[in-house]
Amino acid sequence: MDRDPIYLDYSATTPVDPRVAAKMIPYLTEHYGNPASRSHPYGWTAEKAVEEARNEVAKLVNADPREIVWTSGATESNNLAIKGAANFYASTKGKHIITVATEHKAVIDPVRELERQGFSATFLEPEPDGLVSLEKFKAAIRPDTVLASVMLVNNEIGVIQDIESIGNICRENGVIFHVDAAQATGKVHIDLEKLPVDLMSFSAHKTYGPKGIGALYVRRKPRIRIEAQMHGGGHERGMRSGTLATHQIVGMGEAFRIAREEMDVENARIRTLRDRLLAGLQTIEETYVNGDLAHRIPHNLNISFNYVEGESLIMAIKGIAVSSGSACTSASLEPSYVLRALGRSDELAHSSIRFSIGRFTTEADVDYTIALLKEKISKLRELSPLWEMYQDGIDISKVQWAAH
Amino acid sequence: MTHVYFDHNATTVLDSQVMQAMLPFMAAQQGNATSRHAYGRTARDAIEQARAQIASAVGAHPSQVVLTSSGTEANNFAINGMTAKQPNTQIAISAIEHPCVMRPAEMLQSHGFKLAKVDVNAQCKLDFENLESVLRNPTSLVSVMLANNETGAIQEIAHVAELAKKNGAYTHTDAVQAFGKIPVNFADLNVNAMTISSHKIHGPLGAGALILDKRVDMTPFMLGGGQEKGLRSGTENVAAIVGFGIASELAVKNLTSHAQKTQQLRTQLEAGLHELGATIFAENTKRLPNTSFFGFNNVEGETLVMALDKKGFAVASGSACSSDSTEPSHVLLAMGIAPDLARGAIRVSLDANNTSEQVNQFLLVLKQVLNQLKQMVAMAA
Amino acid sequence: MAYSDKVLDHYENPRNVGSLDKNDPQVGTGMVGAPACGDVMKLMIKVNDAGVIEDAKFKTYGCGSAIASSSLVTEWLKGRTIEEAYAIKNSEIAEELALPPVKIHCSVLAEDAIKAAVADIKAKQAAKEAA
Repeated sequence: MDRDPIYLDYSATTPVDPRVAAKMIPYLTEHYGNPASRSHPYGWTAEKAVEEARNEVAKLVNADPREIVWTSGATESNNLAIKGAANFYASTKGKHIITVATEHKAVIDPVRELERQGFSATFLEPEPDGLVSLEKFKAAIRPDTVLASVMLVNNEIGVIQDIESIGNICRENGVIFHVDAAQATGKVHIDLEKLPVDLMSFSAHKTYGPKGIGALYVRRKPRIRIEAQMHGGGHERGMRSGTLATHQIVGMGEAFRIAREEMDVENARIRTLRDRLLAGLQTIEETYVNGDLAHRIPHNLNISFNYVEGESLIMAIKGIAVSSGSACTSASLEPSYVLRALGRSDELAHSSIRFSIGRFTTEADVDYTIALLKEKISKLRELSPLWEMYQDGIDISKVQWAAH
Repeated sequence: MTHVYFDHNATTVLDSQVMQAMLPFMAAQQGNATSRHAYGRTARDAIEQARAQIASAVGAHPSQVVLTSSGTEANNFAINGMTAKQPNTQIAISAIEHPCVMRPAEMLQSHGFKLAKVDVNAQCKLDFENLESVLRNPTSLVSVMLANNETGAIQEIAHVAELAKKNGAYTHTDAVQAFGKIPVNFADLNVNAMTISSHKIHGPLGAGALILDKRVDMTPFMLGGGQEKGLRSGTENVAAIVGFGIASELAVKNLTSHAQKTQQLRTQLEAGLHELGATIFAENTKRLPNTSFFGFNNVEGETLVMALDKKGFAVASGSACSSDSTEPSHVLLAMGIAPDLARGAIRVSLDANNTSEQVNQFLLVLKQVLNQLKQMVAMAA
Repeated sequence: MAYSDKVLDHYENPRNVGSLDKNDPQVGTGMVGAPACGDVMKLMIKVNDAGVIEDAKFKTYGCGSAIASSSLVTEWLKGRTIEEAYAIKNSEIAEELALPPVKIHCSVLAEDAIKAAVADIKAKQAAKEAA
């Protein structure tokens, strides 16, 4: 390869901000020590740094630092929140859970696991724009509903759910409300003093922090209880045991500090880039934006290119690093379950590309991407029998395809 | 004042070679290992290389290495995952397990499992007669640690595994403290699962592994994106995993020389401790070469640790995880050590970077501190 | 996914892309796969009176392996009799392109496309004889 591909996959992971890395490295060397070792200064320095970072994480989402529990990442936060709250409250509230079909697998799979253990679950289908209907949500609540889990920002299509309204419905009905905010920090303002949310999951590596560290917000007033999933030394007030890496915690704190201070300026710049990308790509015939454009983070653009197959498209655009569907499922050949839940045909789901823009994306990157897509889509369509049929005026949805 | 670090069983200093290997994955543009583009593939390749290094260091096949965020997670994963699909019979663990084996095993009692804690003798050796009698009951899982974090006592795990297998039970061993200090070979130990951790072997915090026999009907613990062949979901911590790989390789390379060095230092230390009237726990047992756990009658361990700290020596009063509490060590109580003596216990855990001079200084300071404490006790009396 | 050099070559420089006149009595068309499955292959062969394939063209909607498999068979088909063409096995295609196990279905699809095109030309010939 002549040069590194242009990175437009910030929703899969973000590079560590150099300022974050600079803050982390001393904790890898000079300030080593197990934060739980209370008996010597190595442990103390580590503990102080951990508490400063906890403050920074809390500040970004306007929470009390005592409401922040460290985890190894958003997957663990989601597992802990869902299994922990469902198990704790099952005997008093009931065993029904509501979530959405477009949630991340780290929410869907724990809910499925709880189903196997005797819970029942409703997987709400979102509207075609990706948003959850408040009426449908309300209708799904049952007397025995214990927990609802709805993500703030979708990882594939970037749509922002109306967490405040959904949370209010949960409050009225005594339902514990968990929100996966892994894709939201630094992109939308989160005020947990105002939002009726009981549990919220965070990840560092989606917000220019390191991998291997995340957090779970656990509300204190009214106090939410969870059953610990990882047992041991009783770290994190018994909610999560296990030695966590001080340097990673410090990195998450710094990443969230930068996010708090810079997000408004950064998001405005990113919106300009996204709009430029959207305008450029929309000059290509037969393209479809997936998900609502208004209720959406500016970082995300998910587009289907009709009559072009997704994997060959990815191969054709090696000069840019993007993802087709969610990174976590791209090892499989299934079309994105998120796009299918929106009612997209399999063909359109297959041909979707998620462009995610971030801190280090430039206007030149965007222009290169537009030119590349124009060229390659045109080449692949030359190859495509479906494009030929479309141009001949054949309605592909009416064709009887042989099963294979 | 420069501090002398004598608490290497709690955590170790990151090796500079390890850090150099990690830096590219911390600073530069990096991908999610699940992504299929060049950034993702670079991350994936680095993880697979580390997996091979870890496997080779513990006599396992790369496909047997399930990467986790820590030893604690791997132990919780093992205890929960190996029993989830078993009939709710019995779990047998030793009475001296680390809390991250002990607690999940205790939690399983609420799922209907019976928990048996197998005795150890006064020298911290597993009581095999007791184990055999426990195993007369149908048992799903036996978990015994390879080396104890406090006393350093090493157990006959292959024998444990043999007895467990006869009974149709799986065997798990927590080898977190043993790895890097004595040879650890998964195949020879004959267990179904084994936990190891990066930050105990001069690797970074944030990575651990469960070495797992693929024939175990394992239930995943962390659910989601399906990483680690579905056994452990969650975006891989590439930098930490890379560090763990190199640290594993170095641990094996340096094992013999480091063990010799720490053993010499400990012999020197313990000769001095005897002169000061210390009781050395599990002294007559095969122990990790770097660990010395000892106590003085009528001296509070926590007080001693604080006093030593003021003089510049970092030691532990037990395991770091429990140093919040002033309860005597459950390991010592299981050995039948009198609570008064147990409360006075402190642990020195050495590393090859420590020096004979540091040990001499430590013994001098310890003598001073003990005298001061005795005077205070005398004045109070 | 690591592709072999041969797959990459066919993908980047596909041979014999295009269409033949489907109404030509000497042209057989095979269209296999389904958009919902992520691949559709259209293979067209022109067969002379001696039963030898003179020309072959393809269009494929699908992954790199699917494109490479169809491109490869167009090269193989030219100069073969329809009987020889019919005997081409997917395993030969998979082997030539060093397809990974998850991509074997692409070679199966290419074999199916050949069989469908041959069947089409045979049906046309039979209709002509009957007429």
